Amino acid sequence: MRKKTVGMLLGMVMALSLTAGCGGQSQENHNDTAGETGTQEQTAQETEESQDQEASVQEDKGQLMMATTTSTADTGLLDYLAPIFQEDTGYELLWDAVGTGEALKMGENGDVDIVLVHAKASEEEFVNNGYGVERFPVMYNDFIVVGPAEPIAATEDIRTVFQQIIDEQLSFVSRGDDSGTDKKEKTIWADLGLDPAQDPNYLESGQGMGATLTMAGEMQAYCLTDRGTYLKMKKDADVPLDLEIVCQGDENLLNQYGVIAVNPEKYPEVNNEGANAFIEWICSDEIQKLIGEYGVEEYGEALFVPNAGTDA
Amino acid sequence: MLKTLFDEIFSDVGVYSAILVTLRMAVTSTFLSAVLGTFLGLVMERYSFPGKRLAVRINRTLMGVPPVVVGLLVYMLTMRRGPLGKLELLFTVEGMILAQTIIITPIICGMVYTYAAKTAPGIRVFAKTMGAGKLQTDLLLLKEMKHEIYFAVVTGFGRSISEVGAVMLVGGNIKGHTRTMTTAISLLKSQGIFTEGLTLGILLLIMAFILQCMADFFRKESQEDENY
Repeated sequence: MRKKTVGMLLGMVMALSLTAGCGGQSQENHNDTAGETGTQEQTAQETEESQDQEASVQEDKGQLMMATTTSTADTGLLDYLAPIFQEDTGYELLWDAVGTGEALKMGENGDVDIVLVHAKASEEEFVNNGYGVERFPVMYNDFIVVGPAEPIAATEDIRTVFQQIIDEQLSFVSRGDDSGTDKKEKTIWADLGLDPAQDPNYLESGQGMGATLTMAGEMQAYCLTDRGTYLKMKKDADVPLDLEIVCQGDENLLNQYGVIAVNPEKYPEVNNEGANAFIEWICSDEIQKLIGEYGVEEYGEALFVPNAGTDA
Repeated sequence: MLKTLFDEIFSDVGVYSAILVTLRMAVTSTFLSAVLGTFLGLVMERYSFPGKRLAVRINRTLMGVPPVVVGLLVYMLTMRRGPLGKLELLFTVEGMILAQTIIITPIICGMVYTYAAKTAPGIRVFAKTMGAGKLQTDLLLLKEMKHEIYFAVVTGFGRSISEVGAVMLVGGNIKGHTRTMTTAISLLKSQGIFTEGLTLGILLLIMAFILQCMADFFRKESQEDENY
């Protein structure tokens, strides 16, 4: 009898570890399901390894776990900021870069200490539901529509572009993953009163920005992307990205980032001190200036425009 | 009818078509790999050639090849600028089947080779004493090894339906076209919808279970037919 129970337990453990193993191959962010116990530590270690260990001026105050969007990680902004943050405050910043939907979910589950995302409505809901303390605007970048130079002529008006895509049934690759970018795209279609479902060549990739851009390049399709990921892919990808900017500068295309500490009243175990230190730090003039300069040297233009302290 | 049921249970990620794509991909790639792998495994056992031991070792290594690596390789082969770009296989189910076949064939081949190396010499001696010809010997060998080959194919099928990495890269997880159950799970996870992802995973396991039962049923049936 006892043997049987042990056997069953073993079987279950094996089955569980198998599922975990499969999940590990997911998408561009190799990390496992955040909800599982112990994964956070694992994530922590993985990230730790990938970062340069710089000697900290401040005493070591432990780790701050952040859930953020793929764009902040893909553009390399966090890799750039994390060592400076550690030097200034003593906290080691670790992050899991996922879609905005999942990042907020991780916050709702108390798996992270802080979230840095870009979907204002969802963020406000997150705070209103008591999961977050307060939302602080940090910076913005802008979305652009990229695609082949023909048949859509480059313009500043998003309406003409999207209208033409529907009218001529052009290929368009959407993220379709409920990420901040995906939500933004859906909002724009809705605001314009257009229904992308009418275009049979409107596809949903269900993947991150980088993978979706690569796909659009391969298919010579149009795609809504954040400028940062596009510039980085354009510059760094092995196979040159064959997409041009066909629409930029429209008011509809601005993308505001906000940072929110997870509510310690809901989850006492979160590192609220660290989260507050991060918010204060990233909103400080000095760091805001660094954010505004990031990418200029490498890409010829800034990837983010800092705007902490505004009511964006 | 089934479609509306799935639409009700799951979020709008195209679960119904994902199930069909999964089945189509898994069955086709397993079939191709079974034919190729069994043939290669038997050939490898049957003939000795220079570098055979190396070939066996390479085969064993490939049995554990990371699917994402194969995915990337097939991606690079089939992309517009790739050598097979003209075939337009990227982001199609056919492309996914190609990748899966590359992953599974070595597994079936390696297993078949291992069994054959163990049992074939004895059977050959037996066939020789019975005065069997070359073709008859080979047929007898296949017949004697059918359980082992069946097991190898089942293993290959298991790999095929559980794969994420390669099908994500090559198929692109396009809703309604190349999204499979596993890539749909991956997408649900990325949206923070964990429970539905797990439900879909359980559904996948149930489907695999039913297919196994069906395969077992047909196997028994054919076994009862042959009273020799």
